[in-house]
Amino acid sequence: MKQTTPWSDVFDLLHPALGQTLYMVGVATLFATALGIPLGVLLHVSAPGGLRPVPVLHRILGTVVDFGRSLPFIVLIVLLQQVVTRPLIGTSIGPTAAIVPLAIGAVPFLGRLVQSALREVDANVVEAAVTTGATRARIVRSVLLGESAPALVSAVGVTAVTLVGFSAMAGVVGGEGLGDLAIRYGYQRYDDRVLWSTVIVLGALAMIIQLLFDVTSRLIDRRRRVTA
Amino acid sequence: MAARAVEHKVITVDNLVKSFPARGGAVRALDGVTLEVQAGAVCGVVGPSGSGKSTLARCIALLERPDSGAIRVDGTDLVTLDDARLRAARRQIGVVPQGDSLLRQRTAAGNVALPLETAGVDGPTRRRRVGELLDLVGLTDKAASYPDQLSGGQRQRIAVARALAASPSVLLADEPTSALDPETTGSVLTVLDRARAELGVTVVVVTHDMAVVRRICDDVAVLDGGRIVENGRLLDLVSDVDSRTANALLPALDQADGIPANHDRVADVVLVGFAAVGALLPEASNRFGVDLAVLGGGLTRLGETPVARFRLGLTGERADSALEWISEAGALVRRAQKGPQGVAA
Repeated sequence: MKQTTPWSDVFDLLHPALGQTLYMVGVATLFATALGIPLGVLLHVSAPGGLRPVPVLHRILGTVVDFGRSLPFIVLIVLLQQVVTRPLIGTSIGPTAAIVPLAIGAVPFLGRLVQSALREVDANVVEAAVTTGATRARIVRSVLLGESAPALVSAVGVTAVTLVGFSAMAGVVGGEGLGDLAIRYGYQRYDDRVLWSTVIVLGALAMIIQLLFDVTSRLIDRRRRVTA
Repeated sequence: MAARAVEHKVITVDNLVKSFPARGGAVRALDGVTLEVQAGAVCGVVGPSGSGKSTLARCIALLERPDSGAIRVDGTDLVTLDDARLRAARRQIGVVPQGDSLLRQRTAAGNVALPLETAGVDGPTRRRRVGELLDLVGLTDKAASYPDQLSGGQRQRIAVARALAASPSVLLADEPTSALDPETTGSVLTVLDRARAELGVTVVVVTHDMAVVRRICDDVAVLDGGRIVENGRLLDLVSDVDSRTANALLPALDQADGIPANHDRVADVVLVGFAAVGALLPEASNRFGVDLAVLGGGLTRLGETPVARFRLGLTGERADSALEWISEAGALVRRAQKGPQGVAA
């Protein structure tokens, strides 16, 4: 049973859905950044040969992170529903409730990205800072984070785009948003018009987010770019 | 140098041992290194690769803890300090690390300011100090440039300025010129020399480049197999014809074709200083009626001091007397070889 929503109504469907997606992705990205960057720093610093090697902590964190990343997002939603989401938000349904699994799911992902960004900071530069008598906290701030800032911005951008994809599954817990719209109209009603419109908006959204972060990353990067 | 008159030792390295685990047992990179550096001196630590130079530099920079031994700066042993006091001690030693070490996301001025931020120096004082240091290294106009906009030599000079920022008593430079061409090397060495002259800082340069030693060092320590095999004032060491320092620094004596047969005596002489290099040989020739022929060697400069090493062929009845006179008058050191005629003369 195929239906086609008139164009005038498509916009009315897309508009709030886009708002919900932006809300979920935006807030989830903020929380994921607030937790993922410290996690990445901890992973990097505690590694053998790091600034403050704690092999046991490093191994435990690494295991937890990899376990977290191996969980399918849809499972994570269900898993967190009773344990975290409801106690924290008061409900397990709706866009705000969907932010919880989105943010938590993105933390290990971003953590690994941050860790590899920090690994790219030249050991020579870190050592030079050590010889100035800087504390570890200052080295993390001024050297590790300062030097990898462009890479960190990119990492957050990649995470945000990934969250756009994850947010499609938020429909499961009534998160609504663009992904949910595509599934309800495209899959359940065979409404190709809404389906394709949503896909185009989702694609454009992902590209715009990526572009914004790329431009920012390039703007703050003081290294010479190789043009070939 | 007035500071040297005191003969005060800033750094004392005492019986330093450091080994690294390796396949088939540990490798002893430093095997009992003892070294004293006088206040206000520029001391070169040289040696072939694998001799332990870098390990010694890293130990003095407090980046590597030695297995045993002591490193004293102004009398304090730095090896045994806990974390907090180690950080404070590190400010006593400014380090110019090997290779590129500047923060690439910070301007030249921002890089020089880093140790001052660490030391908790307030903004206005920090900016003034950064200005002074950039002036010292001659890069005031590059304050706002990022490392990638600077040449290798300029980056290295900024690294020197950074190392000097927290007013250390010792400046340690680990292969400061290894990646630079000879001309750029000169600009970096000039800056090290200025640091000593204008700030009175004691400089330790670890290098494999003899040009560095020739240009700026007062003292030299030769490291080989984890031990110091030669150590002393540069001008003393080069006067010893057999020293490794002399062989590495002075013009080579051409030994390829053997000694020409038509000389009564053949001798190697080292002349140190303007007076000796300029006048000694002609005067000896006149005084004793001896013919002096230069068979090999040449003239070089150690810092400001001209130093020559020649292989001389002497012809004339009073060749021995001439050599004796040269050795007494010019404070010259020689290794006289019997001429081909040997005892006959």
